[in-house]
Amino acid sequence: MQFELTVNGERRRVDEDPQTPLLWVLRDSLHLTGSKYGCGKAQCGACTVHLEGRPVRSCSVPVASVGSRRIETIEAATGSPAGPEARALTRAWVDGNVPQCGFCQSGQIMSAIALLRERPNPSDQDIDRAMSGNICRCATYSRIRAGIHTAAASLRSGAA
Amino acid sequence: MKQDDDGETVADDKRASGLTRRRLLIGGALAGGALLVGYVATHPMETAGALLSAGGRDFEPGPFGPYIRIESDGRVGIVNPQQEMGQGIHAGLAAIVAEELDADWDKVEILPAPVDFSAYGPQLTGGSQGIATHWDKLRRTGAAARTMFVAAAASRWGVGQGEISVSNGVVSHPSSARRATFGDLLADAARQTPPQEPTLKRPEQFTLIGTPRVQRKDSLPKSTGAQTYTQDVQLPDMLVAVVAHSPRFGGKLARFDDRDARRVTGVVDVFAIETGVAVLARNTAAALKGRDALRVEWEKAEAEHRSSAEISTWYAELAAGEAQGEVEPLVFESRGNAEAPQHRGAFETTIDFPYLAHAPMETLDCVAQVDGTRVTMWSGAHHATADRVLAAFNARTLPGRVDLNVLMAGGSFGRRGALSSDYLVECMRIARRVESRPVKLFWTREDEMAAGYYRPLAHHRVAVALDDDGFPADWRHHIVSQSLLPVGGNAEACEGVAGSPYFTTASTVDCRVTSPDLGIPVTFWRSVGHSHTAMTMEHVVDQLAARAGRDPADYRRELYRRAGADRRLGVLEEACAKSGWGTPLEDGWARGLAVHECFGSFVAQVAEVRLTEGRPIVRRVVAAVDCGIAISPDQIAAQVEGGIGFGLSAALYGCITINDGQVQQSNFDDYPVVRMNEMPAIETHILPSAELPTGMGEPGVAPIAPAVANAMFALSGRPVRSLPLLRGTTANLLPAID
Ligand code: FES
Ligand code: FES
Repeated sequence: MQFELTVNGERRRVDEDPQTPLLWVLRDSLHLTGSKYGCGKAQCGACTVHLEGRPVRSCSVPVASVGSRRIETIEAATGSPAGPEARALTRAWVDGNVPQCGFCQSGQIMSAIALLRERPNPSDQDIDRAMSGNICRCATYSRIRAGIHTAAASLRSGAA
Repeated sequence: MKQDDDGETVADDKRASGLTRRRLLIGGALAGGALLVGYVATHPMETAGALLSAGGRDFEPGPFGPYIRIESDGRVGIVNPQQEMGQGIHAGLAAIVAEELDADWDKVEILPAPVDFSAYGPQLTGGSQGIATHWDKLRRTGAAARTMFVAAAASRWGVGQGEISVSNGVVSHPSSARRATFGDLLADAARQTPPQEPTLKRPEQFTLIGTPRVQRKDSLPKSTGAQTYTQDVQLPDMLVAVVAHSPRFGGKLARFDDRDARRVTGVVDVFAIETGVAVLARNTAAALKGRDALRVEWEKAEAEHRSSAEISTWYAELAAGEAQGEVEPLVFESRGNAEAPQHRGAFETTIDFPYLAHAPMETLDCVAQVDGTRVTMWSGAHHATADRVLAAFNARTLPGRVDLNVLMAGGSFGRRGALSSDYLVECMRIARRVESRPVKLFWTREDEMAAGYYRPLAHHRVAVALDDDGFPADWRHHIVSQSLLPVGGNAEACEGVAGSPYFTTASTVDCRVTSPDLGIPVTFWRSVGHSHTAMTMEHVVDQLAARAGRDPADYRRELYRRAGADRRLGVLEEACAKSGWGTPLEDGWARGLAVHECFGSFVAQVAEVRLTEGRPIVRRVVAAVDCGIAISPDQIAAQVEGGIGFGLSAALYGCITINDGQVQQSNFDDYPVVRMNEMPAIETHILPSAELPTGMGEPGVAPIAPAVANAMFALSGRPVRSLPLLRGTTANLLPAID
């Protein structure tokens, strides 16, 4: 079946089985491989993308359910021009040496961008709530937490 | 005359004729406008090298394994022969070269080494050996290159070499204020003969090693989705393959019906391979849908059908000597008279450990393209040298005709180090049936959980009689666990027990290992045997201290002193000092301590724990580390943090169970791992040391389970007799957002 998707601000036409998870459409059909497969059932967050600005697990979103809603992936979120949250977060991630194997990190950044947009000054509990759906098997959690606080502080001070 | 790297002198002509027994010399050359410095194999007909590289294109001239590539614009490329899977090895190795070269760290780039045995020796990543193995070679290479620049500048300026200094990639002659960059001197430097015995810096002269400037160089692409992993490889015409495996290990395919599978749009082919039924499709979703539509029947007769509960019971009987004659134990440490029965009232305990999956974030995958006898592969391979040979064997070609592109791995924790390289071989078996089209083999999380490999299930039985001072007088220890290797007496199961300083005061020691053979595939798992031996030794020692009526830190201190275990003592004191050991905590909280040596590195951890309805909550861990010269303090801290999170996942939840031969777990909902909300705050303190550097990818993992168990013991008085602590719990899972 043909679908017209709005991905990273562009209209993209794809031919898919309606039940195909959005993740595989992004990765295999559109070659946007920044979003990763880690579990396929909304357990790990590696596939997180934004749908109308809200974080979703793209492995569990059938392509037919997307409709005309805007999809944003890590490529556009951290590409140029990136939003202030994404800029502050990627800088904090690099300065704080957050990634290890890195495989979970696109999902972590996508969840963190959504968190900072909603709560520019998140508490540790806010971070727990927003980020606990994202598994990191390298357990970089403390640096992710620190990175979010650093990014939030730099946004508040207008440095980002 | 030249000196070889043992300081032995060999004649040039002899060297050229390939008759010397020496194999490696430092060499330098100008190539494509860049200066290369590295090791030259002067004896390429060495058997192993010849075999492993047979069929390669430039085998004849004697391969050159450059470690450094200096460009005319001053960029310094440092070649990393190790697999990067998150442990940060690339930055550590590069810093060693950059230090001796006095390069500008900001201009250092890390280049992956080609898989080439004759140039780089065996390329394998494991046992946290990366830093230790390469330390000497890399320093010499860096220092040799530096000497070549110094010599070039000295002759250009007509001054003595001793008057020249190098810093941040700039060579200068301070008294005449002349300076030149590496780039300016490139051609002159290339004409210098590399010294075979370059002067190395003394540790106190280091300006880069040990500073916070040594940071990993891959954080940006890994934060923007730009880093390419095997999962991301997309090639024109590529097919995606998934495999239906037997639900039981060793189960053979009886028959399959692929009519519905072939009707799925995008499915291109279905065929049987040695490990099951492969479904090939134009994309991942179609391959998975096709596999769902398969009907497969499996023979059960030869398959492993035991349950993990049965295996545990059997192991306990073996350790207790109640199943004698079934599998013979091997004595791995003995002292005094172990024939005599232990006197009554000795402390006794058993501890059970489950099978564990690795669950790396990136599931197993591999890309291969077979064109006649030419093979191109992409994989996050651990054992690149062996993987290339296995790939060649399965593609019916020669290792030298296999181009293996080693990509970053999205974690591994040992899984990609399984000696059979099962996933890579599976990919080859599929790819050779699909002549010339690239094939990406993809395993789902469910495949990874159910199809092996695992950290083996293990059982420890320990009985210790104490002397009048309360220290071990008689230590009996029996470990039962499958062996990871076909040879070597299951030494991996004994590491961490063998040679323990806790045996110092004992006049009788009897340690045995029994290694049953089972059809369940097992392999290395981050920290290997230490993943169960540290828990056993450290939890037992706390219980012995309690018997002796002594503080656990004090008890260890005394034993370490008597054993001369100074480095253990060092990390113990540091962890105690920094954690406030002995000072009161709020009601309901307790500290637990563990100290362990793993692959030459020493780690002590103090965990602060509370029990809520029997469930441990860990809020803070203070770690003290002695890993010799600390090359990258920041990466050591990162590995300790990650190791603790990884070890805590296993301690709290990690458990693969098998029923009627079938693995019961399938994904993160029934194989939970620590998430953000459960991650303790971690402090890492690194002890200054002049010892040779040792790795830190694994040693941080092992002490956390006993540190938490010891705190629980302090709180409840009840010892832990099996892991995981929260068997069967999946409560950590928070609702997903969508
Ligand atoms: S792959 Fe989508 S949540 Fe894990
Ligand atoms: S960095 Fe490896 S899984 Fe998160």
